[in-house]
Amino acid sequence: MDKRPAEVVPRAPGVLAGRTLIYVALILAALYFLLPFIVMALTSVKTMDDIRTGNLISWPREITLDAWREAWSSACIGVKCDGIKGYFLNSVKMVVPSVVISTMMGAINGYVFSKWRFRGSEVIFSLLLIGCFIPFQVILLPMARTLGKLGLAQSLTGLILVHVVYGLAFTTLFFRNFYVTIPDDLIRAARIDGAGFFRIFWRILLPVSAPIVVVTVIWQTTQIWNDFLFGVVFTGGDTQPVTVALNNLVNTSTGVKQYNVDMAAAIIAGAPTLLVYVVAGKYFLRGLTAGAIKG
Amino acid sequence: MSSLTIRGVHKDFGPVRVLKDISLEVRSGEFLVLVGPSGCGKSTLLNLIAGLEVVTSGEIYIGDRMVNHVSPKDRDIAMVFQTYALYPNMNVRRNISFGLEMRKIPREEIERIVQRVVNILQIEELLDRKPAQLSGGQRQRVAMGRALARNPSIFLFDEPLSNLDAKLRVEMRTEIKLLHQRLGVTTVYVTHDQVEAMTLADRIAIMEDGIIQQFDTPRGVYKNPANLFVAGFIGSPAMNFIPTRVVQRDGGYGVKLEVEGGEVHAFSVPEGIISIGERLGRDVLMGLRPEHISDSLPDLEVGSQVHELVSPVKVVEPTGADTLVFIGVNGVEVTCRVHPEGAAMPGERMALKVDMSKALFFDPDSGARVE
Repeated sequence: MDKRPAEVVPRAPGVLAGRTLIYVALILAALYFLLPFIVMALTSVKTMDDIRTGNLISWPREITLDAWREAWSSACIGVKCDGIKGYFLNSVKMVVPSVVISTMMGAINGYVFSKWRFRGSEVIFSLLLIGCFIPFQVILLPMARTLGKLGLAQSLTGLILVHVVYGLAFTTLFFRNFYVTIPDDLIRAARIDGAGFFRIFWRILLPVSAPIVVVTVIWQTTQIWNDFLFGVVFTGGDTQPVTVALNNLVNTSTGVKQYNVDMAAAIIAGAPTLLVYVVAGKYFLRGLTAGAIKG
Repeated sequence: MSSLTIRGVHKDFGPVRVLKDISLEVRSGEFLVLVGPSGCGKSTLLNLIAGLEVVTSGEIYIGDRMVNHVSPKDRDIAMVFQTYALYPNMNVRRNISFGLEMRKIPREEIERIVQRVVNILQIEELLDRKPAQLSGGQRQRVAMGRALARNPSIFLFDEPLSNLDAKLRVEMRTEIKLLHQRLGVTTVYVTHDQVEAMTLADRIAIMEDGIIQQFDTPRGVYKNPANLFVAGFIGSPAMNFIPTRVVQRDGGYGVKLEVEGGEVHAFSVPEGIISIGERLGRDVLMGLRPEHISDSLPDLEVGSQVHELVSPVKVVEPTGADTLVFIGVNGVEVTCRVHPEGAAMPGERMALKVDMSKALFFDPDSGARVE
């Protein structure tokens, strides 16, 4: 007869108290981090009168989406009063190709650096990694000159190019480290089976790359969508991304400061990255911790 | 089915020469095993045959065709890997047919081939599963199926059983042997397990340090090892190596053996070993397999070739069929294979017979055979 001690010892009263304490602490921490967002959300649905007379976290007397409408389609940014929708679209048009291109190129680079090593490939890879540590500011001037020479200055295409180049270091690193965990024998077997460089990539490696693709896409989307510096330097007027437009909207000095419109615009500008995290966040963690594929 | 000829092959990785002047002739339908400790170059040699690596110099022929610059897919080979290397995103059927698709074989033909392979290996019920849903043994079968589907002229195996548990390994070993007997395809099989090598091979190439130490039948390498390395590598438990000195004995030559506990003997060296005379008074290494030191040697009576000694037993290890008894001779531990009933207890003294006709002698410095 052996009784496991865990079953006979009654739960000590201290355990429950400890549990409660942990949850209270966690909820408080969550509230603390959520507070700015709550204030933003509340302010965005208030009227200006409400904002002027009430306090920061008071409940709106009347919920209205007027500020959202205005932020989206009629707020004045600079001299134009079309809201941020055009700039939001700019961001989408810029982020999607940047993410797709940099992810694809990173995948191919990672494939080469892990499975088709050549003389000097490790050196090139190390040099590429330095790209992860170069601050944005350092490349502003040389990149501006380069874009000018290429005839891409002040264009979305130019901004896409900048983001692709800047992102390559990270995407290559992600894919390379993922593919290193995939056995080389798989590539050899495919070579003997008659598959070539690209076919092995498409048919064997890419189908098992879902975890790292998710990680890379989230990373790149967040980085590129949230970028302000490249956007403000390399685009102008109608081609600006939403982050730059948001800044211009908030900093417009004419007229009354419309806090509700500012907040609505800020939430709109931040929504896509929030959405990406909510939808794919758990895959992000899973992908980051993904180990080798067995067999 | 093809013969395989390797002539004067060298392989360098940067400044390191991993294969040195390898030459082998494998007859059509023969089962060749490349065996050696890790890092001996056996897997590199297999990769050269497969075309996954390029030779630095030398020539490789499959049949009459020089394949040095032929890509792996055009060499008419199939390979089974240690990690099985099944494509994780494809089910078993696609794994088997992938190579055929790449070769643009018509769909009906592929169906037929897959069915043939499935029948040979009896893996019908696995066809729609993904590799992750298979056990180690099943993955091994599928990996072999993929190789079989290609109907190659040469099969290459790269340590295919080393990831399986002991029982399954023995089963699959037999299965591979049966398959080879049935299909008769020329096979090159790499392993570090000398038992696998002995049981499977028509001929064994024992490699060490990028050099083929001996290329012979399993019986040949066991009975007649070319040097100290081969003698020590092949056989389990390993051959005993006793440092000793050549002396004169009854008009012939003998070796001095001092048994732990005081007994000193001079056992006769077989007359066939002619050059032992040149080493009179010098040190040699005597090699004796455990089965040649036993409590009774059937069909052999004590005489000029069979000597007796009595020694205290240090350790006793029963293995079931035999019992291994460890004694001390000339300062080294010597393994003897005795009948389980005849084994003494540790500490007791035991009488043992030594079959000196089976003794081999090696140069202690170079490891070369003294014959």
